[in-house]
Amino acid sequence: MSLIRAKGLSVRHGKTTVLQNVTLDIAAGEIVTIVGPNGSGKSTLLRALIGAVDIHQGDISRKDGLRIGYVPQKLHIDPTLPITVERFLSLPCKVDPEAAKSALEQAGASTLMQRQMSDLSGGQFQRVLLARALLGKPQLLILDEATQGLDQPGSAAFYRQIEELRMSLGCAVLMVSHELHVVMAASDRVICLNGHVCCEGAPEVVASAPEYRALFGSGTQGALALYRHDHDHHHHAHDHKHEDA
Amino acid sequence: MDFLDSFLIRAALAGLGVALAAAPLGCFVVWRRMAYFGEATAHASILGIALALSFSTSIFAGVLVVALLMGWTVSVLSGRGYAMDTLLGVIAHSALAIGLVAVSLLQGVRIDLNAYLFGDILAVSRLDLAIIWGGAVLVIALLGWRWNALLTATLNPDLAYAAGIDPRREQMVLTIALALVVAVAIKVVGVLLIAALLIIPAAAARPFANTPERMATLAAGIGAFSAISGLQLAFLYDTPTGPTIVCLAAACFALTSILSLVRGSNA
Repeated sequence: MSLIRAKGLSVRHGKTTVLQNVTLDIAAGEIVTIVGPNGSGKSTLLRALIGAVDIHQGDISRKDGLRIGYVPQKLHIDPTLPITVERFLSLPCKVDPEAAKSALEQAGASTLMQRQMSDLSGGQFQRVLLARALLGKPQLLILDEATQGLDQPGSAAFYRQIEELRMSLGCAVLMVSHELHVVMAASDRVICLNGHVCCEGAPEVVASAPEYRALFGSGTQGALALYRHDHDHHHHAHDHKHEDA
Repeated sequence: MDFLDSFLIRAALAGLGVALAAAPLGCFVVWRRMAYFGEATAHASILGIALALSFSTSIFAGVLVVALLMGWTVSVLSGRGYAMDTLLGVIAHSALAIGLVAVSLLQGVRIDLNAYLFGDILAVSRLDLAIIWGGAVLVIALLGWRWNALLTATLNPDLAYAAGIDPRREQMVLTIALALVVAVAIKVVGVLLIAALLIIPAAAARPFANTPERMATLAAGIGAFSAISGLQLAFLYDTPTGPTIVCLAAACFALTSILSLVRGSNA
């Protein structure tokens, strides 16, 4: 039984088509990663799935009562709005203080409870966002470059935690990531996106697909991607055209 | 009901009602950087007064309808190539201008525009009082009911969507609440001072608040204090009431700002 399914999804911003004919299906408990160059519509796809974007064509169906935990790429909290981490965790639904405490501990942010959200560093902020997303006991966790602002050990710990959560909560994870080595190691399935789905499948399959190589270069199988943080520079004029697109 | 026979008691209760409703709403106005929205709604209400006079309906109804219409127009037009402040500027000034022209065209009607610009809290009747408290209770109930959803949508629209909250609906709730407050408050503090009563108590409360709820409560306290004390001072020194109330709110803002500066330099 799939948790969420997008069929023939097209999204436009004004007259620009950002996503075209995207079909995607997330099953319970699987970890799916979306990779693609900047401007390929990764974030838009995630936002469409949570219902934040108007859909031009196609449709999205969710399992009844699907609980989604969403960790956005960036979240700016206006300094005029005073809010402690403790209060933030209880939005929009009040949570048990003990549960909040243990969620923060799990996210490695146990000392932050009384701090103001606007005073947190980027890494602390992401941990709090993750803790909040987990408190809702999600069936599907959606992460949009959630490790931005985390250092290497921090982001490794972050993904280990995701893996553990999948084990303990059984939740599916859909994420966008630029850290290709992590993607290749931790995902069940990889979707390579560039306005449309270029290719998808098990990490090994995608890594050797010509479409993927056209986007990310040929040397990026597995760990080699570790040192490439900005792969946008070496996808030479993405010119492969799909007959099915 | 002898209690309400004194015009001073009625004035105090009216000021209190407006202050209590405006304070939590003002917090949202500040958080969402909609300060100009309150201003625009208040300006547009002059048009509402003109319409109410020409159709001989109640001022309250006229103002409410125009304020709602303005809020709805802004919601529909925003995000279509105009920035919020541009849109509000166009609508606020147009509505104010149209309202003033409309008022001048009204034949045989002499109105004291000054009363609507600055309000006349001392002339509050029992019916006005009932309208003000009815509106205030409605606004507070509305905000209380939607509080968590409004807060989530204010923090981040995408977080709201993911939690099954429609931020556009919450925006509508705020628009309605704002229109209600302006409509009930126009007689008490007047058009020009409503925006001040929305924003100044909230701004004054900010340095001493660590949660949204605390900021709203503090703002309500500061608003209520300004209304009651402003009324007393205005009576004592024979100054215009509305501006005196706002002066007190401004004094509170100055005080909390200085206190937080002092506290900051000690820390």
